[in-house]
Amino acid sequence: MSTIATPLAETPVAWKLPYRGKVGMACLIFAESAIFTIFVVAYLFYVGKSFLGPTPRDVLETHIFYTICLLSSSLTIHFAAKFLERGRRGPFLLLWLLTITLGALFLYGTGQEWHRLIYDHGLTMSTNLFGTTYYSLVGLHAFHVTAGLIMLSIVLLFGLARRVGPEQSARVGVLSLYWHFVDAVWVVVFTVVYVLGH
Amino acid sequence: MSSDVIAIQTVEAAGRPWVETLHEWVTTVDHKRLGILYILYALYFLVIGGMEAIIMRIQLMRPHNDFVSPQVFNRMFTMHGTTMIFFVAMPVLFGFANYLVPLMIGARDMAFPRLNAFSFWLNFFGGHLLYFSFLGGNGLYGAGTAPDVGWWAYAPLASRAFSPGHSSDYWTIALLVSGFGSIGTAINIIATIISMRCPGMKLSRMPLFAWLNLVMSGMVLLAITPLSAAQIMLLVDRYLGGHFFDTQAGGSATLWMHFFWIFGHPEVYVLIIPCFAFASEIIPVFSRKPIFGYPVMVGATVCIAFVSMSVWAHHMFTIGMNSYANSFFTITTMAVGVPTGIKIFNWLGTMWGGKIQFKTSMLFCIGFLFQFLVAGLTGIMLASSPFDWQLSGSYFVVAHFHYVIVGGILFALFGAFYYWYPKITGRMLNESLGKLHFWLFVIGFHLTFDLMHIPGLLGMPRRIYTYEPGRGWDTLNFLVTIGAFVQGIAILVFVANLVISYFKGDKAGNDPWDAWTLEWSVSSPPPVYNFASIPAVASRRPLWDLKHPEDPDSHYE
Repeated sequence: MSTIATPLAETPVAWKLPYRGKVGMACLIFAESAIFTIFVVAYLFYVGKSFLGPTPRDVLETHIFYTICLLSSSLTIHFAAKFLERGRRGPFLLLWLLTITLGALFLYGTGQEWHRLIYDHGLTMSTNLFGTTYYSLVGLHAFHVTAGLIMLSIVLLFGLARRVGPEQSARVGVLSLYWHFVDAVWVVVFTVVYVLGH
Repeated sequence: MSSDVIAIQTVEAAGRPWVETLHEWVTTVDHKRLGILYILYALYFLVIGGMEAIIMRIQLMRPHNDFVSPQVFNRMFTMHGTTMIFFVAMPVLFGFANYLVPLMIGARDMAFPRLNAFSFWLNFFGGHLLYFSFLGGNGLYGAGTAPDVGWWAYAPLASRAFSPGHSSDYWTIALLVSGFGSIGTAINIIATIISMRCPGMKLSRMPLFAWLNLVMSGMVLLAITPLSAAQIMLLVDRYLGGHFFDTQAGGSATLWMHFFWIFGHPEVYVLIIPCFAFASEIIPVFSRKPIFGYPVMVGATVCIAFVSMSVWAHHMFTIGMNSYANSFFTITTMAVGVPTGIKIFNWLGTMWGGKIQFKTSMLFCIGFLFQFLVAGLTGIMLASSPFDWQLSGSYFVVAHFHYVIVGGILFALFGAFYYWYPKITGRMLNESLGKLHFWLFVIGFHLTFDLMHIPGLLGMPRRIYTYEPGRGWDTLNFLVTIGAFVQGIAILVFVANLVISYFKGDKAGNDPWDAWTLEWSVSSPPPVYNFASIPAVASRRPLWDLKHPEDPDSHYE
């Protein structure tokens, strides 16, 4: 059996496999979920175990407005992607910009809250266990929002330069998948930090 | 097939400046080249990690030896463990997966070639960052300051108070960086297998190698990430004054253990499942029979992956969990033995009644079967929590997991080297040197690791740098060290074989083993584009169909 030919190509069968970008992003989301799970477990494990104040009950305030901002940005990015698929550039860019604005507003909200906690209540990462777990969990999420915003802005720049069209909609879909994930994680973080851990 | 190879690269290899060749390798995104880089890089660290093991064995050769200081001994076992797991086993298995998965599923490259290169270089620099600690662990003025907190770096030993300087930071960041590389590679392997299969290659027709690497990658996504998260927490503790593992501020040292072992135990399966994949390709070919029980093999692998995610705390029986937790983890750990046993019986079933060819590759696989079984049996012993209370932290445990990692993983890996080396280089590995390598390694392995169980049973704790004479450990430890040297010589024979055969080996041809998977249909080494025309397959053994058109597999599947 020294020489053999290439396997003969048969009559082409209907052969369609999932888009690799979607699969890759799904895997990334799977992996990221595991990371967040570990941080959430640590947060819940340490709730109420700090020796010193301030405690969540003393200092945490629930700002539902910024949460609404972030969650509604999932809707705007969904429709933006739909418009891009249909080749309607104007509404796509508008909704995309709106998504970025909503995400940035959310980040601003987080910044506001951190500023208040640090300067008004003296809560930092090294103050107590609550500070350590709170800043790392919320910070990990904020880091993902920031990464998402950078990617969204790059797409916006390309869009303004007329480089994003319907043929890129699959790739834009991958990015919007990531953004949905960031929003979904916030639902979990919000529930854990502001509802259960309060 | 050779007629199918399009002559694109007509540039003669001899006349090119070496800088250009180097540049080509450094900037490559070709899955085959990256696979080779992974493998070479792992072999390089295998030699380093092996030398660390030899240093430890010389120190323990006789009681009250002072070959190295206690501090250096601590560094040696930390670096040995970390190197062998993260910078030998992981990269070499990723290397084989990288090289073979696209070829086996009829694809021209991985799904994300640039991510592939990025992951490799992350892993590469992670390894070198770890070893840079020898220079920079205490700042540049303190020499010899590699991490010394053990490969699992238990809290609070790894905290600022007990591990000053930067040695633990090198450990943490090296593992974090290489962990991101591993996650990238795992994503890539999954996306490749899901989205890049050639027409006709249904999941039910995929070679077991691809199936098992798919499962392994899924486990990497779930197992490496807890470690990354825990490393981030450790960095927060060490640099930002956090209290995750700081018991004086209410933190918990046990939590680190849980996080580490949620990674640590599945990691063993991440390493062994690709070795199952090697065995599942090699044993059928050298038994001249298709694999026995293909669907059951896939099912058992997925089952192992699931169950192995819920066994981690059997590493922690001695910390004093309640009886429910102890029972739970005892039962789940024993349960893993069931699907693993199914796999062993399937390999035996494949060999049963086959026309077995005892090539070096097959010898290593048979050694793997036998030794992995023994390793599994001592694993069942340790799974029983009362038994573990007695022997946890002893040399019995060291012997057990080395039986898994050397006797199981490394043996299967050597089998893979002998089997796929002809495909990768175009030359056969020398069989006589191969047989010498095999027998030396078997003798050395059993001398070392069979005997190592006994001092463990006699009460010798792990991680001690020396011991009192007259406890019944002296002769055994001496023989264990002799065995380590025999294994070292065997590795030298292996490396010599790799080098000599590269230049002087017999030409391999496309298909030296008369095998059945797609990688053997292309030239050796395969052309850059893998397949001139994308193949289409109709069964699990496309090359069998091709060689036996009168009786193709597709009639029976």
